[in-house]
Amino acid sequence: MPDNNFNSAAGLVPEFSVPPISLRRRVTDQAMTGVAVLTVLVVLLPLFAIFAYLVYKGIGSINLAFLTQTPKPVGEPGGGMANAIVGSMVILGIASLLGVPLGIGAGIFLSEYGRNRYGDIVRFVSDVLNGVPSIVIGIVAYGLVVMRQKHFSALAGGVALAIMMIPTIARTTEQMLLLVPQAIREAAYGLGVSRWRTTLSITLRTATSGVITGVMLAFARVAGETAPLLFTAFGNQYWNWDSGQPTAALSLQIFTYAISPFDEWHRQAWAGALVLIVLIVSAVAAVRIAVKHGTLAGA
Amino acid sequence: MGVGITVEQLNAFYGKTQALFDINITVLANRATALIGPSGCGKSTFIRCLNRMHETIPEARVEGKVHIGDLSVYNGTSATQLRRRVGMVFQKANPFPTMSIYDNVAAGLKLNGFRNRKQLDEVVQKSLHSAALWDEVKDWLHKKSGASLSGGQQQRLCIARALAVQPEVLLMDEPCSALDPISTGKIEELIFQLKEQYTIVIVTHNMQQAARVAEFTGFFLLGKMIEFDKTEKIFTNPSDKRTEDYVTGRFG
Repeated sequence: MPDNNFNSAAGLVPEFSVPPISLRRRVTDQAMTGVAVLTVLVVLLPLFAIFAYLVYKGIGSINLAFLTQTPKPVGEPGGGMANAIVGSMVILGIASLLGVPLGIGAGIFLSEYGRNRYGDIVRFVSDVLNGVPSIVIGIVAYGLVVMRQKHFSALAGGVALAIMMIPTIARTTEQMLLLVPQAIREAAYGLGVSRWRTTLSITLRTATSGVITGVMLAFARVAGETAPLLFTAFGNQYWNWDSGQPTAALSLQIFTYAISPFDEWHRQAWAGALVLIVLIVSAVAAVRIAVKHGTLAGA
Repeated sequence: MGVGITVEQLNAFYGKTQALFDINITVLANRATALIGPSGCGKSTFIRCLNRMHETIPEARVEGKVHIGDLSVYNGTSATQLRRRVGMVFQKANPFPTMSIYDNVAAGLKLNGFRNRKQLDEVVQKSLHSAALWDEVKDWLHKKSGASLSGGQQQRLCIARALAVQPEVLLMDEPCSALDPISTGKIEELIFQLKEQYTIVIVTHNMQQAARVAEFTGFFLLGKMIEFDKTEKIFTNPSDKRTEDYVTGRFG
């Protein structure tokens, strides 16, 4: 075969035959694949176990009344958590309105303007804030909002949760913006686009899906928080549409009911936990689908 | 229409390292000027001084005078204003990955506050025609991302994007170094047509390319401009021994 034996014919590469893949290599390959699959199962198992158990315990108590009525006094059967479901949404809405812009803004600063000592300080403070116990953040919101307003409120709860969201959003936004190649920024500068415009319309836009992942992570994390709401939103057995008044939240309601001595309340606590987890999953899924819908082919 | 460029006593630095030494050059309007020289000789630094991209690098600075037409680059002109008149095409195609083909071309105008939809449509179509890309993308303008095109198409998209802001000068920093010969051929053809309307300065490692597209050629070595003359002269009868060694392949 003079044609396809170019290398050895030219004497450039000594001829050799590839040895067959040894049994040891094949076994190792299989074993490593097995380990990888196993770790995935170990990670996913608790999630599914929790979800399955919640469905098992909670689904029986979920009915129209549970989703549309306020709690009934002890001893009266029925009633629901409608006010807590709405309250949770209001508090999370306030938290997102405050926390998302501040967090993304801080992330932009860290990535685009903070490659220096001042940025290092902000990064360090942000990481420390991330590790502060949530109950302590509740106390901060108590001091900042409740003390001034003279009563508990959805606003105070929202502020507490916003403070918890900021470091997560800031650090993920920073990482995602840093992944955007410098060449993309240069392309915009080269067109005569100013730096702030480039950051907002080019860099941030290019990193959108990553930034949203960070926002969703922070949102899901604070959505189930109870401790920071104990003395900020406080909870409420009745409807309340004023964000300056004590407001019910699902997590608080679950907490109150779970530590109560009444069987009916226990059942409702399970149902509340199921509703909460379904709400979080659907919120995250809805945002994901919306983002995917707006993405172009090949982007 | 293109305008001429004059550079007087240009020195450029990265921190304490000097990258360019006393560059003087006059580039004629509506001509293609090629800059050749071995890697690290300062060609790219030089063209990045022409639209003030050099200063976007931390600790980089420039001394000297540059005029683009009647515009003084380092005296009283804002970098953003300047860059709208001096377009740039980079070594590696860098379309905005999350934007459609249309938005990529319209980006320069849109981000500078231009909103007239009808005129934008016209400019996008005209720019894509000028960049010889229209026929290949006209059905996908809004449907496909700029990043979904092939490498050669991406580079022509970047050229269209630069042309859309209607510059007078087009700087090209090794625009073909990542492209196959067919795409390279298309872009060279394009340069030929574009110089009727724009002044083109092109950095290239490929000496045949310089000979093919440019009327004038400058040879850079170690941050100095060794020789600047008509392309024909540089390649057939250079006055400097170092230029001759380089173009005949004796070093570099």
